[in-house]
Amino acid sequence: MQRELITDAILVSNYIQGQESALETLVIRHKQRIYSFIYSKVYDKDIAEDIFQDTFIKVIRTLKRGAYNEEGKFLPWVMRIAHNLVIDFFRKSNRMPKFDNAGEFSIFSVLSDNTLNAEKSMIKDQVEHDVRRLVDELPEDQKEVLMMRIYQDMSFKEISERTGVSINTALGRMRYALINLRKIIEKHNIVLTN
Amino acid sequence: MAKIYSENSFEKTKNLKPKKETIEFLLNYSKAYKVVEGKHEKYDMLLN
Repeated sequence: MQRELITDAILVSNYIQGQESALETLVIRHKQRIYSFIYSKVYDKDIAEDIFQDTFIKVIRTLKRGAYNEEGKFLPWVMRIAHNLVIDFFRKSNRMPKFDNAGEFSIFSVLSDNTLNAEKSMIKDQVEHDVRRLVDELPEDQKEVLMMRIYQDMSFKEISERTGVSINTALGRMRYALINLRKIIEKHNIVLTN
Repeated sequence: MAKIYSENSFEKTKNLKPKKETIEFLLNYSKAYKVVEGKHEKYDMLLN
């Protein structure tokens, strides 16, 4: 008899409806890939274990809160969470070395390179893309001021003349734009870092 | 030097798995974690 494979989307749906065993299936199905991905970035089994755990805690909380909206894309979504947590880990520890534990000293592990390598460049592009998407969520008046100030490098005097509002109003809109961006970032646990 | 930089790190890491204890913790956490809907907010609860 051929065993039918239950898709991730169905398992996610079952889990949201209260079937705990669906989570077990999802974890077992994807644990190796997710853990290996994390380990390939941090090269430390304990840290990889912690990040793997934090990844699934976020998954559980998001699914149970009914905040999951990426039907059919479970694995890429989880990988994205893991990726963000890895970046968060490096941001907190303020380091980006790569040790292979081969017992040999590599001078490159202690030398820093300030130019962007391919990975950093990709992260930078991704962060900038994410920020632009977040800016698009802002109310139009705040978005307008923020775009002029940050992306067009205009002074608040120029913004005030262009938009026909006082400098204080422009400053206020910029302030609220930043406050609202922070709120959106915190609410969705978004990690923006390079 | 050649040995260090020619190693394929992905090959070395692709078959790793998390500990059984970590999986058990997550499954237990999931069973204990509940979301309660309030009037305006959702509240997290851990029921042990």
